[in-house]
Amino acid sequence: MRYVDKTVVGLSIAFVVLLFADFFMAEWMRFIGLQSLARGAVALGLLVLWRTGLVSFGHALYFGIGAYAAAMLTLVGYHDAFFLVLAGTLASGLLAFLLGFLLRRYRAIFFALLNMAFSMILYGVIVKTEELGSTDGFSVLTPTFLGYAPQGEAVQTTLFLFTLVFTYIVTVGVHLYLKTTLGGMSMAVRENEIRVEYLGYSAEKVIHVKYVFSGLVAGFGGAIMALAIGQVDPDSMANWNVSGEFVFITILSGIGNVGATYIGALVFELIRTYAFEYAPQVWQFILGGSLLAIIMFLPDGIWSLIDRLRKSEG
Amino acid sequence: MGILKRPGKAALLAGGLAAAVGLTAGAANAADEVVMAVPTFLTGAGAPAFGVPARNGAEVIIEAINKGKLPAPYDKSGKGLAGRQIKAVIYDESGGGVKQVAEFRNKVQKQGVDLFVGYISSGTCAAITPVAEELKMLTIFPICGTPRIFEEINKNPKYVFRTMGHATADGVAEALYVKANMPDVKGYTGINQNYAWGQDSWRDFDLAMKQLMPNVPASDKAQWPKIFSGQYGAEISALMLSKEPLVHSSLWGGDLEAFIFQGAARGLFRKKKLLFSVADTSVYRLGKKAPAGAILGARGPYGIFAAGVDTPLNNWFRKVYQDRYSVPPVGGSYQAAQGVLAAKYAYDAAAKANGGKFPSTDQVIAALEGATYQGLAAKVHMNRSNGHQAATKHMIGVLEWDKEAGGPIMTKVTEFGPDCVMPPPGVNGTEWLKGGMKGAKC
Amino acid sequence: MQELIVILVDGLVFSSYLFMVAVGLTVIFGVMKILNVTHGSFYAFGAYMSATLIGAYYSTDWPEFGGFLAIFAAALVVGVFFGIVLERGLLRFLYHRDEHIIVLATFAMFLVLEDVLLIIWGTDPYFAFEPMTLLGSVDIVEMTFDVYSLTLICLAVVVGLGLWLGLTKTKWGKLLLAVIFDREVSQAMGINVTVVFTVTFVIGAIMGALGGAYIAPTISVNPGIGVEVIVLAFAVVVIGGMGSIPGAMIGALLVGISRAAAVHKFPEIELFVIYAIMAVVLSIRPEGLFAPAQARKI
Repeated sequence: MRYVDKTVVGLSIAFVVLLFADFFMAEWMRFIGLQSLARGAVALGLLVLWRTGLVSFGHALYFGIGAYAAAMLTLVGYHDAFFLVLAGTLASGLLAFLLGFLLRRYRAIFFALLNMAFSMILYGVIVKTEELGSTDGFSVLTPTFLGYAPQGEAVQTTLFLFTLVFTYIVTVGVHLYLKTTLGGMSMAVRENEIRVEYLGYSAEKVIHVKYVFSGLVAGFGGAIMALAIGQVDPDSMANWNVSGEFVFITILSGIGNVGATYIGALVFELIRTYAFEYAPQVWQFILGGSLLAIIMFLPDGIWSLIDRLRKSEG
Repeated sequence: MGILKRPGKAALLAGGLAAAVGLTAGAANAADEVVMAVPTFLTGAGAPAFGVPARNGAEVIIEAINKGKLPAPYDKSGKGLAGRQIKAVIYDESGGGVKQVAEFRNKVQKQGVDLFVGYISSGTCAAITPVAEELKMLTIFPICGTPRIFEEINKNPKYVFRTMGHATADGVAEALYVKANMPDVKGYTGINQNYAWGQDSWRDFDLAMKQLMPNVPASDKAQWPKIFSGQYGAEISALMLSKEPLVHSSLWGGDLEAFIFQGAARGLFRKKKLLFSVADTSVYRLGKKAPAGAILGARGPYGIFAAGVDTPLNNWFRKVYQDRYSVPPVGGSYQAAQGVLAAKYAYDAAAKANGGKFPSTDQVIAALEGATYQGLAAKVHMNRSNGHQAATKHMIGVLEWDKEAGGPIMTKVTEFGPDCVMPPPGVNGTEWLKGGMKGAKC
Repeated sequence: MQELIVILVDGLVFSSYLFMVAVGLTVIFGVMKILNVTHGSFYAFGAYMSATLIGAYYSTDWPEFGGFLAIFAAALVVGVFFGIVLERGLLRFLYHRDEHIIVLATFAMFLVLEDVLLIIWGTDPYFAFEPMTLLGSVDIVEMTFDVYSLTLICLAVVVGLGLWLGLTKTKWGKLLLAVIFDREVSQAMGINVTVVFTVTFVIGAIMGALGGAYIAPTISVNPGIGVEVIVLAFAVVVIGGMGSIPGAMIGALLVGISRAAAVHKFPEIELFVIYAIMAVVLSIRPEGLFAPAQARKI
């Protein structure tokens, strides 16, 4: 039972609750939920890196690769969601593995910005590719699920179910990974890399493994997003401000717990949705203002609220 | 290690929050109104050139519809859409296709919108089309350039309409105009923004030229500045050094204006003949700075091209618009207004066919499919893509400064019929261009 | 030969533009180690203010050349106001936080200011072409250039030299270098780090605003111009080495001239030039071409 801690229990309860909620949720809420799961996954990838003290300002690169890989496969006749999401995830993971050899040598702001440079190159490549619709992007056909081809509202219900199951697996997986010796090294790398080396671990290897992990989950998020929206385009998937939003969500959530990233993503979506609805002229103001408020008054993110809640109980 | 081992309250909170917010039903709207969502660019670079003029145009028409004050031929059709008042929900189109799809779902499922009349960018239209069909939501695109909407994305639309011609028509009209007015031109080059609309514009113009003037060479160094870059020094030098006398450009908004300032300061417009496909958005604003002598289009009979159309409807629109916003209406204003008029026409016609009762969405769709209705400055024929894609006449002319009136004016205007510039029903635009534009009636 | 010279001139003009856009960012980063996304807002506010003041100036019948004063006045007003308000009102509360958090805070502030801009100036574009028209044009190797763009080169040289000399030759500059080298020790030695930070941020903000203010006459001042310069400025600063003024100059020259060559020779690849240079330079020299040396603390 050494793998079952309170986080795993909590995630499992949330998983079951949401599983049932899927059948009662309003359609628009399910859609927001889907997006939150997808963006939350990318934020989870950032969390893995952040534990090592590294932040990427270019994770739209992996989000975009995941989305475009899944979407492009639908163009050549593959429609099974399992296959598409797996392919998107692996494509991003592979890229992260390759770029990791270079990026693992970098720290601090340089790491953040080199990631951004690579993501902007992907952006440029997509914009230049007229076959993929350039800035317009292209639409992704409704996926099938192992031969089951849902219609109408069932598309979103099934996709939500599908996403929920895999998000659960991925999140628990990441959580357990962070508990392993290698995973636990992250805090040590952040605090003092040289001492880590003296202990006989390679800080670069620790970072490389984490980078691949974060690329995999970001690609997963991207592939889910492509299927959920039914559309991919570079401005929504690969531009630098998309990367900024992911960091935004990570800060909103706090890096205390893997589950927090999904709450952060949900809060982000809700702020944006309501700002858009009630203040269409100043929605950026509200979004930026909320972020500032979080940074100033909730430095450890939403998760710290839950911590406080627990302390007052205890 | 405390923080790593907290229980899953967060997860519970997420579930609870989701349940609490998600299970509440969408907003209730009054039964006697029609909720019309009008997405348009309210922020960002698209706002001044297209978004805000489009919003203004839509607002003028919606208000007149609600008061029952539209001039002929809509003067006898009563107030509102089939008697119901329009409640307009105007919101921002910025942020890319993905965000707009999310917002579309919100508007439909949460705010109970009845129809959409809006979207300017091709990218958003392309992203919205499948969702609109999935959610069975009547959606009228008043603008959007790309032909891909009904050629690739949905060849058999039911709920999505577009009430203006697509980008292919621009390229064909421009090439026809060049052939007629510059038969001896020695070659052409271009400067177009490096994004989908710029690439499409250049491709269509280039393909049409290759068919119509096969002996006139195209430059292999057409310029592709990044969109919204605003700095064109090197591009202007390259254009001045090029040997081609004609320059095709689909720049718009701030990019276009910056290009004109920088080009004028260096005498580019004295040296080269410019052909601007959507420059009408800026001509009033630029005033005397607009390059006189340049060939201009407005993607159809809109904006400055409609200035001389003497019908009660057009005169009324220009006056109300000018009085309220202190500028004349431009292309986007006309196009958005034309989209709203399609809804007016379709709801009223469907109610009539329904014995005067308020029609269902299916009945409205049936009324609009294949219809011909009166736009502000020209008839709109919904006769492409199973009656979902409009064809209108197209106009190209030369911009001059009218000293007496103290304003810009179009001269040497040529009109092209809808069947001259738009591909025939069921024919793909690019294929049609490559195949020599068979079946065009000019 | 003609083409070569034209590429060089175009490249120099664009490099100067890049330098003016990026120098404020590098000044702030050099001293405060803050990657300031709000820089885009300084640029945009500078441009709007400049367009407004130029418009106001030319509606009077004062001498025509005075319009240039409006440009510098706009940069000063915007830079001093936003510099002080942002540094005193927001950033000073964040200095002890993670550097990435501060980047995000400036990103948030940028979003807020984007809408403030719309509230103040609306969505209609502003034109302020009078100074550019005033200076006319000049022919170099049978190619017409506008003089205003060429003055941009002078401005960049003056600003670059001024900042560099100020930093290395004056007492103030030496204090600054001490703070850059070790904040804690300089504080212990009696340097008022708080004032140094505020002044640096204000100077950076003035530089950002001056970029926008000086470019304003050549463009249509539109919503969204701020966002475009952010990535551009980042790229230049990263290529040159963050915090280095000569670095920003070399970075701007490298990108500017390569881009001009691409526009003339291979216009299809124009879009990639800047990011490709950024990726290549970073792959070879992780900290940029001119990064100040850093002590490794154990």
